[in-house]
Amino acid sequence: MLTLGLILIPLLAGVGVLVTKNNNAKQLALIGALIELALAIVVFIQFKPNATQQFGFKYGWMASAGIHFSGAIDGISLLLVMLTGFLTPLIILSTFRQPYKNASTFYALILFMQSALMGVFTATDAFLFYLFFEAALIPVYFLAAVWGGENRIQVTFKFFVYTIFGSLFMLVALVYLYFQTAGTHTADISSLYKLALDAQKQGWIFWAFFIAFAIKMPVFPFHTWQPDTYTESPTPATMLLAGIMLKMGVYGLIRFILPIVPLGLATWGKTAIVLSVIGLIYGSIIAIQQRDMKRLIAYSSFAHVGLMAAGVFSQTLSGVQGALIQMLAHGINVVGLFFIVEIIFSRTKTRNIEQLGGITQRTPHLTVYFMILMLGSVALPLTNGFVGEFLLLKGVYETNIWMGAVAGLTIILGAVYMLRLVQKSMFGAKSAFTEHFADLSFSERAVLLPLAVMVFWMGLYPNSFLKLTEPAVNNLLQMIHY
Amino acid sequence: MLPITLLSIFGLVVLFLGFQKSKNLLLPATLLFATVVLASNFLHWNDAPSLYFKDMLFENKLTMAFSGIVILSAMLIIALTRGFADDESAQPAEYYAIMLFSLVGAMMMIGFKNLLMLFIGVEILSVSMYVLTGSDKRNLRSNEAALKYFLMGAFATGIMLFGMALLYGSTSSFDITGIKSYVATNAVPSPMFYIGMLMLLIGMLFKVSAAPFHFWTPDVYDGAPTVFTAFMSTIVKTAGFAAIYRLLEGSFSGAYNFWWMTLAAITILTLLAGNVTAVYQSSFKRMMAYSSISHAGYLLLSLTALSSQSQDAIVFYSLAYSVATISAFGVLMLVAKETGVRADDDIETFDVFNGLGKRNPLLAFVLTVSMLSLAGIPLTAGFWGKFMVFSSVVERGLTWMLVVAVLMSAVGIYYYFRAIIAAYMREGTAGSLRVPQFYRLVLVATTIVTIIFGLLPDILKSLV
Repeated sequence: MLTLGLILIPLLAGVGVLVTKNNNAKQLALIGALIELALAIVVFIQFKPNATQQFGFKYGWMASAGIHFSGAIDGISLLLVMLTGFLTPLIILSTFRQPYKNASTFYALILFMQSALMGVFTATDAFLFYLFFEAALIPVYFLAAVWGGENRIQVTFKFFVYTIFGSLFMLVALVYLYFQTAGTHTADISSLYKLALDAQKQGWIFWAFFIAFAIKMPVFPFHTWQPDTYTESPTPATMLLAGIMLKMGVYGLIRFILPIVPLGLATWGKTAIVLSVIGLIYGSIIAIQQRDMKRLIAYSSFAHVGLMAAGVFSQTLSGVQGALIQMLAHGINVVGLFFIVEIIFSRTKTRNIEQLGGITQRTPHLTVYFMILMLGSVALPLTNGFVGEFLLLKGVYETNIWMGAVAGLTIILGAVYMLRLVQKSMFGAKSAFTEHFADLSFSERAVLLPLAVMVFWMGLYPNSFLKLTEPAVNNLLQMIHY
Repeated sequence: MLPITLLSIFGLVVLFLGFQKSKNLLLPATLLFATVVLASNFLHWNDAPSLYFKDMLFENKLTMAFSGIVILSAMLIIALTRGFADDESAQPAEYYAIMLFSLVGAMMMIGFKNLLMLFIGVEILSVSMYVLTGSDKRNLRSNEAALKYFLMGAFATGIMLFGMALLYGSTSSFDITGIKSYVATNAVPSPMFYIGMLMLLIGMLFKVSAAPFHFWTPDVYDGAPTVFTAFMSTIVKTAGFAAIYRLLEGSFSGAYNFWWMTLAAITILTLLAGNVTAVYQSSFKRMMAYSSISHAGYLLLSLTALSSQSQDAIVFYSLAYSVATISAFGVLMLVAKETGVRADDDIETFDVFNGLGKRNPLLAFVLTVSMLSLAGIPLTAGFWGKFMVFSSVVERGLTWMLVVAVLMSAVGIYYYFRAIIAAYMREGTAGSLRVPQFYRLVLVATTIVTIIFGLLPDILKSLV
């Protein structure tokens, strides 16, 4: 029942926000998101670290056809539920200094998005998963397309059509799998795991799923929508996209591709790893050349997700575990970084790192937080990024030494573009834009402090998260190796 | 067959009501009549399937469900005709009467047991449509559309009748079960039978505007007054597909191996022609015309598969499509400031929706839900319609056709979203838009139906 609450609370809060006056909307939205966070924490505490599905609910939906409105939380879901619950209030809080027109609609859409994301991460019925997977797209599309930058209309349109196009292939695959189940058919995800299709069919289904998830993440060469969309969207929408929505793709890989099409993965897994690693290197190299801070972080996000995908496709315990922990870490870091970009932009009206510099002298708080998040992002030991990247690289290395070696370049390249970002924007001589730069306000610190705490918590004691996911991941991997 | 009788009587009553000076009574009376007919349609819901009129017409839950959709659509559209009475050159009584009479034709197409009944039904519906298309008498486009529709339609009807004659010649029966038993007993049917079947199907496919018999659709939809465009694109289509389904399932299922390739080719062609051409339209109404062609493609997809899921799929899809289409045309009529049957030329481009989100949030929301449903995005009825169609196709094992359908769905999103983008993201003229009460009622109802079926698709299945 707790799971159902996780889906319904933001939905109801969103409806509540929608009907309130614009000037009360953000406070109300924050309260709704905090209640959701409290519930997520309850789930976190009560969760028993084993491979079972917990806090489940199940109602007939198209019951005669074996399709149910059902959800539950296992270790893999739990991390992402926590991530969604943790980041949404911070994303709402991050907008407090920035007035948005039609605020009640704006905040309602954020909450609707959260509801759909919770649904994606907890659904145990394949069609319910698909429904939420698509439904999550609608609020974020409107957030980006209505409140976004200059070229928002074309850019977000491309994003929408691209991602829906991908998910339609997943729909075909799901319908096909559904009709392969025995008897009166069922769309329960765990019963899809038991199908043993022949290798050729699995190959087709592998690609149908892969295209859907690869577009969402994005993996090379399906990434062309991503930098523009991240740049043109208003920052809260970018945070939702990069911080949480991107994880839907990785989650899908773990939840669907690994257990359902192991033979397809055996045939095509290497190709997928190569694509992921190409994306990772390619994204890093482009990130090094960016001047726009938001675009730079967008490409860094593209690079990071490439490593996560490669880790999942390695089908090793450390690869999948690394992907899970890295999803959490990346969500936290990228939201923090996008927020810092927004802070700088709101004060200087520029995101061009050539025009910035000399901010550090008068802004001790901002500098410290920026450094912490940056170090987390470049995977310095004792920060959250290190744990994830280490496990991911270990996983890839175990599958293929050469791929592991190439993927390892990410650490070097990541350090290059992130250090360049911090150095050019924060240090050096003052520019006309940064003349009167004020340090963080209270609400801004209230966003960054929890993020910084998480960076260290996950870096110092990753086991508090790893131990939750390990039984579920082991269980999943056993299904692959028959 | 109470509804058919009632519809005929009510049609005449409406004609006589037209003699009165005040035209204000016509709309409520027609709506009331339609409600009575709707209720009478479901009177025998729980009875066993039965035959009427010397075994010429047939009634079971399926035909009642289709009739229900048709009558409901008609009611919603009639409620959108408020402007009729204000237009001095219009003849509201005749329009209402023709609409009611045309429903008789639609119901005969849905419930036919004998091919003659199918023919009569098609003719009643088509002739009514020819008249209604040309009802904007002073508008050149409307006249042209009516003439075009009539000439092409008459030709198609001729082919259809020829097909029926050939079928009669080979099977010596007009009865669909008679034809079915002919197919069952003759392992190698005569060539005459095959030709007759194809000609009959071609005639029917013309009526539902499947490619390559679709060329009349954009001009006719564009030229006709919007309210009758809505009538055409929902009622004619639903009745047409019900009739084709009953033909294929009731008579020709034994010859599946013969016709499925033909129908598959037509389906693919329809999907491609409808979706790809819709992308290039600047007029919203013409886009809706091509969209109706593309939806014909999805319905044909399910018919080509003809699996156990097809029946549910077609019923659900027709309902989802009709409701969303009525929403879209309703909003268009309000935004384009059409009164009754008159329309100025070229005011129906996508630009009319510019800034609608500010001018009237309700209308913008209605339009959005309708476009999402037509595009088949989850949380709307249209998604489950597509889902069921896809299911029926997968069940038959025609997965390759799905790939085309999926690609075309993605193309569909492109043109449906243009309306949404215009409504929310483009600047339009200032000033709010007043929505008359009847319109508000209809549009809210269609939107709610779309969302409810989008969340709980099982409701319909538990009914049918």
